[in-house]
Amino acid sequence: MGELLRAEHLKKYFKTPSGVLHAVDDISFSIDSGDTLGVVGESGCGKSTLGRVILKLIEPTDGRIIFEGRDITRVTDKENIELRRKMQIIFQDPYSSLNPRMSVMDLIADPLKTFRLQSSADRRKKVFELMDMVGLSRRFASSYPHELDGGRRQRIGVARALALEPTFIVCDEPVSALDVSIQAQILNLLQDLQEQQGLTYIFVTHDLSVVKHISTDILVMYTGIMVEKCEAKELFAKPMHPYTKGLLSAIPVPNIDRVREKVALRGELTSPVEPKPECRFVARCPFATDICRREPPTYSEVLAGHFVSCHNVREINGL
Amino acid sequence: MKRNKSDAPSALADVTRKRGQWSDVLSRLFRNKIGLLGVIIVLLLVVLTVFAPLFTRYPYDAQSFPDRFKLPDASHIMGTDNFGRDLWTRLLYGGRISLLIAILASVISNFIGVFIGSVSGYFGSKTDTVIMRALDILMAIPPLLLAIAISSSLGSGPVNTALAISLSGIPYSARIIRSTVMSIKDSEFVEAARATGSRHLRVIFRHILPNTIAPLIVGATLGIGANIMAISGLSFIGLGVHPPIPEWGSILADGRAYIRDFWPIIVFPSIFIMLTILGFNLFGDALRDALDPRLKD
Repeated sequence: MGELLRAEHLKKYFKTPSGVLHAVDDISFSIDSGDTLGVVGESGCGKSTLGRVILKLIEPTDGRIIFEGRDITRVTDKENIELRRKMQIIFQDPYSSLNPRMSVMDLIADPLKTFRLQSSADRRKKVFELMDMVGLSRRFASSYPHELDGGRRQRIGVARALALEPTFIVCDEPVSALDVSIQAQILNLLQDLQEQQGLTYIFVTHDLSVVKHISTDILVMYTGIMVEKCEAKELFAKPMHPYTKGLLSAIPVPNIDRVREKVALRGELTSPVEPKPECRFVARCPFATDICRREPPTYSEVLAGHFVSCHNVREINGL
Repeated sequence: MKRNKSDAPSALADVTRKRGQWSDVLSRLFRNKIGLLGVIIVLLLVVLTVFAPLFTRYPYDAQSFPDRFKLPDASHIMGTDNFGRDLWTRLLYGGRISLLIAILASVISNFIGVFIGSVSGYFGSKTDTVIMRALDILMAIPPLLLAIAISSSLGSGPVNTALAISLSGIPYSARIIRSTVMSIKDSEFVEAARATGSRHLRVIFRHILPNTIAPLIVGATLGIGANIMAISGLSFIGLGVHPPIPEWGSILADGRAYIRDFWPIIVFPSIFIMLTILGFNLFGDALRDALDPRLKD
């Protein structure tokens, strides 16, 4: 299927008292319709900011966003609101993302009311359909969020995102606040919905095992920059960037007999505030050489469809 | 075997409720016994003052020199004041002015305060700075002085007095609302409302303000008590209500000269003021709880 969304050299800088924070620094990618792009990285690497910038909930500092063939980087407020009907977001925390004073019915109907789409009777019907779709029993329609558990609350969040029938959804760590058993339910739900409705996802998470099952492509972020991007299978089979290797070897494997070579990452995250002109991973990289301290690496296609930003990627991987 | 965790809390919500939201709030309000007491006190005061002529046989300004300083008895259940006027009568008629102005002033100041506070808190940055500094100026003037200045320029009368008193209350309610709005506006549900296409005003009115009700109601009911005292202050210096029209604060103020020798003239007005404040506070707390779906059942 064709390309739905493309980001070109996307940047988002925040002014802070200690300097300019490069939350998202030169990120480019494209997603085909119906695919899922997994965005992984540790806390504070800018992955949530990236999701919001793409949705135009935060104005990008620089770069372009092309959605359905149209440049949406600089649009009027009115067009921006129209975009909400096509692009939606599912939030991380199902507790704080639902207004405690609204019933389930009101919460799911809210986007419909905002756009004055239907009469109130039709809206009720539509809300019930959405509740069926996300597997939320209709008897909860007049319940309040605090009466429901995390999984059900997250289903409300999903239903609300689907209410406007968007084509593209940013899932911002939608399962990281949930119990493991419920995580699987929500992930399955998201996958089913994707198949039924041809949705396109950006799936932001710090949990590699989650992203492995749901993503077509995976983008690994580190302090605002992209360090590696390729197909999901390829990433797990042949991680090339030292940071990705470290991340993957940190996934626990439930097998006591298997001996694995571990790439342990040491040190702390480099601050994304006023970064020095060097590779941002240099302080933690076991393979760092002189050039890594002199200039930032370029992001290049090492193998077909496999992008890495590392000076020594060929040497490290024996290519 | 362990039961599926996700099924457990469903019993709580396992009722299909079909009712209007407001009748629900009312029924919860009346189930709260203490709140009901507050409602009864407030209603009682309103009925007594509005239908004052039905509860007394004296006019409020009928003086009788031989009857000065009478202790409560069968003919004057709360005694008489220094002009021989029936205190019970004067308190009932006085409540008309006191309650009306106090409630009106509280409504005006909170109405304006909510608007200013929510705009200031929601938009932040420069808007916030400008509004807050303007309110600081207002706060820097002593409330009574401000009320004196306004009521002397507008003239006396219930509405003008209410306006004069409400103005000095605006900064306080605006600050409370501003801080509440600031704490709510960064929550994810506000971002979710933005993400689903809500414009700023809709976000403020539909998603943020309903969550500021608790501090708002507490502030407003407490304000009513303070307003009664402010009215008496104005009346005392001749700017609120002119004698012989009674008003709780001015009855107290006039009576203070006799505080050592004649207790009813201080005690009874104080009881009325206290009951008003108590009634509104109990009512306000109950209303706050009734409006909060999290405290249901």
